[in-house]
Amino acid sequence: MEHITTPKVENVKLLDRYTNRKAASGTLYLTATHLIYVDASAEVRKETWILHHHIATVEKLPLTTAGCPLLIHCKNFHVAHFVIGQERDCHEVYTSLLKLSQPVKPEELYAFSYNPKMSKDNREIGWKLIDLKVDYQRMGIPNDYWEITDLNKDYEVCNTYPPEIVVPRAASKATVIGSSRFRSRGRIPVLSYLYKENNAAICRCSQPLSGFSARCLEDEQMLQAIREANPGSPFMYVVDTRPKLNAMANRAAGKGYENEDNYDNIRFKFIGIENIHVMRSSLQKLLEVCETKSPSMSDFLTGLENSGWLRHIKAVMDASVFLAKAVKDEKASVLVHCSDGWDRTAQVCSLASLLLDPFYRAFKGFMVLIEKEWIAMGHKFSHRCGHLDGDPKEVSPVFTQFIECVWQLMQQFPCTFEFNEHFLLEIHDHVYSCQFGNFLGTCHKEREDLKIFEKTHSLWPFLLQKKQELRNPLYRGFTAYKELQPNTLPFSFQFWCGMYNRFDKGMHPKQCVLDHLLSCMNQKIKLEDNASELENKLPFLDGPLPNEACFLSKVGCAASKTPMLNTPQDYEGEAPPVLTNGISVGDINVTSDVDQRNKENLANHRDLHLNDSVDVLNSEAKDGKPQHH
Amino acid sequence: MEFAELIKTPRADNVVLHRPFEPAVEGTLCLTGHHLIFSSRRQDNAEELWLLHSNIDSIEKRFVGSLGTIVIKCKDLRIIQLDIPGMEECLNIASSIEALSTLDSVTLMYPFFYRPMFEIVEDGWSAFLPEKEFEFLNALTDEWRLTYINKDFSICPSYPPVVTVPKSIDDETLQKVAVFRHGGRFPVLSYYHKKNGMVMMRTSQPLTGTNGKRCKDDEKLINSTLGPGRRGYIIDTRSLSAAQQARAKGGGFGVEVYYPQWRRIHKSVERFNILQESLIKLVEACNDQSHNMDRWLSKLEASNWLTHVKEILTAGCLAAQCIDREDASVLVHGTEGTDSTLQITSLAQIILDPDCRTIRGFESLIVREWLQAGHPFQQRCAQSAYSNSKQKWEAPVFLLFLDCVWQMLHQFPCSFEFNEHFLVTLFEHAYASQFGTFLGNNENERSKLKLPQKTMSLWSWVNQPEELKNFKNPLFEANSLVIWPSVAPQSLQLWEGVFLRWNRPSKFLDEAQEEMRKIISDNRVLQEKVNYLRRKVAHMETNDEMQEDL
Repeated sequence: MEHITTPKVENVKLLDRYTNRKAASGTLYLTATHLIYVDASAEVRKETWILHHHIATVEKLPLTTAGCPLLIHCKNFHVAHFVIGQERDCHEVYTSLLKLSQPVKPEELYAFSYNPKMSKDNREIGWKLIDLKVDYQRMGIPNDYWEITDLNKDYEVCNTYPPEIVVPRAASKATVIGSSRFRSRGRIPVLSYLYKENNAAICRCSQPLSGFSARCLEDEQMLQAIREANPGSPFMYVVDTRPKLNAMANRAAGKGYENEDNYDNIRFKFIGIENIHVMRSSLQKLLEVCETKSPSMSDFLTGLENSGWLRHIKAVMDASVFLAKAVKDEKASVLVHCSDGWDRTAQVCSLASLLLDPFYRAFKGFMVLIEKEWIAMGHKFSHRCGHLDGDPKEVSPVFTQFIECVWQLMQQFPCTFEFNEHFLLEIHDHVYSCQFGNFLGTCHKEREDLKIFEKTHSLWPFLLQKKQELRNPLYRGFTAYKELQPNTLPFSFQFWCGMYNRFDKGMHPKQCVLDHLLSCMNQKIKLEDNASELENKLPFLDGPLPNEACFLSKVGCAASKTPMLNTPQDYEGEAPPVLTNGISVGDINVTSDVDQRNKENLANHRDLHLNDSVDVLNSEAKDGKPQHH
Repeated sequence: MEFAELIKTPRADNVVLHRPFEPAVEGTLCLTGHHLIFSSRRQDNAEELWLLHSNIDSIEKRFVGSLGTIVIKCKDLRIIQLDIPGMEECLNIASSIEALSTLDSVTLMYPFFYRPMFEIVEDGWSAFLPEKEFEFLNALTDEWRLTYINKDFSICPSYPPVVTVPKSIDDETLQKVAVFRHGGRFPVLSYYHKKNGMVMMRTSQPLTGTNGKRCKDDEKLINSTLGPGRRGYIIDTRSLSAAQQARAKGGGFGVEVYYPQWRRIHKSVERFNILQESLIKLVEACNDQSHNMDRWLSKLEASNWLTHVKEILTAGCLAAQCIDREDASVLVHGTEGTDSTLQITSLAQIILDPDCRTIRGFESLIVREWLQAGHPFQQRCAQSAYSNSKQKWEAPVFLLFLDCVWQMLHQFPCSFEFNEHFLVTLFEHAYASQFGTFLGNNENERSKLKLPQKTMSLWSWVNQPEELKNFKNPLFEANSLVIWPSVAPQSLQLWEGVFLRWNRPSKFLDEAQEEMRKIISDNRVLQEKVNYLRRKVAHMETNDEMQEDL
């Protein structure tokens, strides 16, 4: 804990970004894993927990009369604005947080110290919960055309691919090896998803090293083998998800894209999704818009447009829809790549699978999808999420975009997903939290080297435990809907307030339909128990059950007892306040509401962190390291 | 006038109908005095379209050879297309539709011809009488009285015959105040807040003019509504500069020295053609499917529709905040007091008063704060988003109000007894209807037209149990709280149910509603079963005990 010089600072203010309310005043603690702020001004103890790994940036703002402001931006879009009385304290907290939020060595990541007091066996079972082989079996693989090969068991074909990959049976070892030499970083075409109904497949790879004229016979054979693995179609698509200009520029560096003349019966297509740098700066702009204090509608919409964020989301969705249509409607296989095939390619392959197969829209299936298309296939979570102190240009919200696309689909198809928005947010949180091993490192080989399977826990069993609160009450089950055909006209995309303004509860609907329905579901279970218990008490039933319900029709669904978060905002706008006591009158309720809000936070989707953190605190205390507190 | 004169070609065969979400279908088109009727030759008669001429906002015709095409744009924002073989037929039909959809005389409108097929349980025309409303008020406070000073509409042509005024102000004073207020709209009670006895009143601008004319009686009336030591806020729905400019035309605003307990807040809300243009731009943006994301967002922004929604909702919230949080009474006015004033007073009531969030209460609110208060529906709703006329008096004031209510419904999904469908239905009927409710511009006109005698009220139809169930929100759980909506741009959304209704199929969203309904009704049935069993068991146990006792 060499980074923590000042474990506790008193008289710290926490400003509310969106209202003119009086700032909270309390104590700030630094622990090994969290920054904890305890609001002393509230009647009920109110705590704000920020995981060090969630901190994206810490800024010391110019000194004010109130003290030294410390602005913290989190990767889960939480923004905390503290004001610390003493400049010296502020500086120490600042330097500590800089180090704590940017660990240098992987071993410093939370997952390696996180101890949920689970038996070793259970931990191991947890890692086996998701087995990709089972998913391939579900697709009918191995079959006449596809096989699971261990050619990559020593990572000789490709060190960012998993040991086992699915390739066409017709592709010989020489073809595979030859093709790998012609693909950027050896990322050969492998199967991502097989649409059993018509044998059309989605395959993925990296860009070919074609330069201006280079060819590779084995690579051409590889593509031919993929095409022929789908005898129903005379052609296959090769989709380059980059903008054409970017792909052409790559040719000068000896990379590039497939020449249609060199490959038999391919239809080559560009789908312009921008690169990680464009996406990073787009998110940056979006967040600036989200953080603007009382923006006008015009400011907001203009900012939203200028950020380009929804344009990028639409591009990813359009590409995925193209893939799904090619497979389902044209019965053609598709090979997808971008540059390295681990960002845009992961996005569109996973989304297309989700559109085609209801399995991936269920809890387990979604976990499989992430394990398969993102984790196993080498999406560089560590770099993209900035887990460790590293190149900031490698950071990019590629996975966030995928999660958002799924959310956009949920908006269009509310009954087709087994899980709800909280599930997406939980996953998004943990991609950054480094609390579980799943998202550490950049590829399978690296995770093996880090021994994550021995030393850390898998996220999935923890999420499944919380299934009750993460499920979608409107889900109509596995068989109700097959393929989804989303509308991708611009008006079908909404700004996701629940993600980017997630911690500004005042902006969210004050009554939550989801919570209401979830408590209805819980109540239903209780009622069913009650009913069967009562039925057992009765020797026999005389007379019919009251279907017509001629009595007691007043009985309502007394489900949603969550108190409403409800206070007036600043409705006066820019003009100087005319309402004399508006703020103070509001304040009395504000504090209690915030408590309520906080409690709700703690009760709902944050409790995993809380408990875990408490555990960590406890275990540290036991270890006799009371350096903080 | 006979409608037959306007219908040169009453019927055309082999017409092809194109409409949203359905494949084109061939059939026969008939024109009647009030309807455009399309019927396919299918056996089951499933493909039928009955379109009120009054729902038609604009039509366009074009020809390819002798095949004519008529594009009909409706006030409910739907667009349909008819391909009619034969140039003459097509031209005849087009000119008939044009004439029939723009009839000058109100008495030729469909509500005067419509004969309901349902039995009237309760006549909507007499369901919301001011006297009844006043009884409730009188039980709470005796500071107000009903005045019949306007019973022949001579004091204020846009007010109803009966209004509520401070008890201490006699009719003679009211008469003088009316002269000082634009259009004779003297201050009247709009809402009484039970919790703290504060009130909301509405009026029109005072006619101060450039030399700052004052009216002692006006001051007396307004000041009399505040007790000693009490404060009040005058919310002027115009900007300060607009209010100042109004003085040049004889209008203006009350000067604070003469109303010492009152503070004035200017909360500018747009009006008239600016709103109409906003609607036109918004609908244009929604209908153009060739837009890319940037263009869509920039068009949405440029329409300013959501800006207006935010503005109006904010003003309503401010009024409510003054009353509930500041313990102050509020007086709202703009220029005429028939548009933005009513948006604000009615939204504030929805925020403050849980009764207004029930179906019955919301109907009553619309009757009180819109129909009786003299919102000129006939003028404002003469045309909708496809209007070419650009008349100053056309403006989607009521639609904006409904949009604000929808925003609140979205933010408080369990606090309203009615659902989105109810709001959409009100929108449709305000623009074109078989019912007489929204005809005329004020009670004066309605009584001259004898609407209650000659037409059916929308409420008579809506309030039938079998219709009512379609308008109920399954999530509703009555709560007595004041509801404070968020007006942050992130919290306000485009009202898809109206603006994207014809642009994207709603199948999957409807299924979600259905599922929601099912979850809740299942629980209800289950709860009833448990209650029944509980009583059974209790009964059995008491029987057992009795037997033991014996």
